Amino acid sequence: MISLLRSLWLVFLHLFRKRATIPYPEQKAYLAPRYRGRIVLTRDPDGDERCVACYLCAVACPVDCIALDATEDEHGRRYPRFFRINFSRCIYCGFCEEACPTYAIQLIPDVEMGEYERKEMVYEKEDLLIAGQGKYHGYNFYRVAGLAIGGKDKGEAENESPPVDLRSLLP
Amino acid sequence: MNPALQTLLMVALILFVLLNLAAVLIWLERRLLAFLQDRLGPNRCGPFGLLFIAADMIKIFTKEDWVPPFSDKPVFILAPAIIVVTALLSFSIIPFAPGVVILDLNIGLLFFLAMSSIGIYSTVLAGWASNNKYALLGGLRMSAQMLTYEVFMGLSLMGVVAMAGSFRLSDIVAAQEKMWFVVPQFLGFLIFFIVGTAETHRLPFDMPEAESELIAGYHSEYSGMKFGMFFIGEYIGIMLISALIVLLFFGGWMGPLLPPLVWFALKTSVFIFIFILFRAALPRPRYDQFMAYGWKILLPLSLLNLVATGGILLAAGS
Repeated sequence: MISLLRSLWLVFLHLFRKRATIPYPEQKAYLAPRYRGRIVLTRDPDGDERCVACYLCAVACPVDCIALDATEDEHGRRYPRFFRINFSRCIYCGFCEEACPTYAIQLIPDVEMGEYERKEMVYEKEDLLIAGQGKYHGYNFYRVAGLAIGGKDKGEAENESPPVDLRSLLP
Repeated sequence: MNPALQTLLMVALILFVLLNLAAVLIWLERRLLAFLQDRLGPNRCGPFGLLFIAADMIKIFTKEDWVPPFSDKPVFILAPAIIVVTALLSFSIIPFAPGVVILDLNIGLLFFLAMSSIGIYSTVLAGWASNNKYALLGGLRMSAQMLTYEVFMGLSLMGVVAMAGSFRLSDIVAAQEKMWFVVPQFLGFLIFFIVGTAETHRLPFDMPEAESELIAGYHSEYSGMKFGMFFIGEYIGIMLISALIVLLFFGGWMGPLLPPLVWFALKTSVFIFIFILFRAALPRPRYDQFMAYGWKILLPLSLLNLVATGGILLAAGS
């Protein structure tokens, strides 16, 4: 009997507690900076696409929702001709972000992407590309990679010494 | 004004208010339950979610009203009507304020007891007519529960009747001029409250519809407005029991400053709140424990209460 009265009283006190519900559209839940939400393609500090179309994200994707096709520009720089993510399939696991060697593909804390039409959930490259650098600032793959492209030869990358002419080392 | 017309107007007014309050209670219960569970509850539709009442009504009226082909059709259709009709009829003897009463019967309390007994037929018949084993089990439980609880529902009130010397509810309220009956009849109040919860088969005593055991018990097969009728009956039942507790034990409409009707509504809503608090806080007992509790604890207690009250009244020579 006492325990019943006690539980009645304790439940009554819950009337004055803080609500656990977040009234969503007016008040948003806190999403951590590294929350895995919508997927974006970022740009390097020069404003070029970071993606080098290596297909690693498409391979890592467990639900096969990433489709892309690689091509090269006149400087020999690889980029995706198209890049398509089907968000009605995506499970937001973040494997693509982990697989990406150039920090191009990133998951951001945004989950508000509901649509009335299923085909609207398929995002093309222009929907995915953002203007900024996302989580990793100052990183430019072609500026640190020892790959020769137009306008940057071998040995001209950051922290890279010029290539050694092996023949000059001959005795 | 013509007294017959006046009565008719009163009936129409009370019917209107009661049926609307029953609908409001559905919303109120959902919101209060949510508040008691640290949630917000339905708050989207209209101010404070009040338009949910309209939405609920539209929904339940436009649902398919299905009568199962295997059911006993006339009884199946009759059953939900009984509970609403008896609950509403019981309200005819409730004095909301001095003079605001449809029928100030000199056997008012007995009329209420009779109506609540007839109301049980609703659940029993619904369980039987559904031709479904879970519904039947629910109906069976309801009849057993009522056989048990009807006994000391009357007995727990007899102390009040003995003290007031009348079955007329307005006399009982008038007899509480000096002291509310909850003080001398505290035991009677407790027992009546428990029995009233069982009578309206509200949690924690909702064994006839225990959804974890019997799907939905006696109204498993019901849909649409027939299902809604059971709920309206249940909510009118809550209001009825709360109103009776107020009338019998808490001095009815009496109180300082505010008009009588406001006092009555205030006190009644406190008990409606406690009904909802019961639902939020208390777990459902096992069925045999529940029956044993009734026969072994509540019945002796109510008898004891009646004997003691009678003895004291006799000794006092009143």
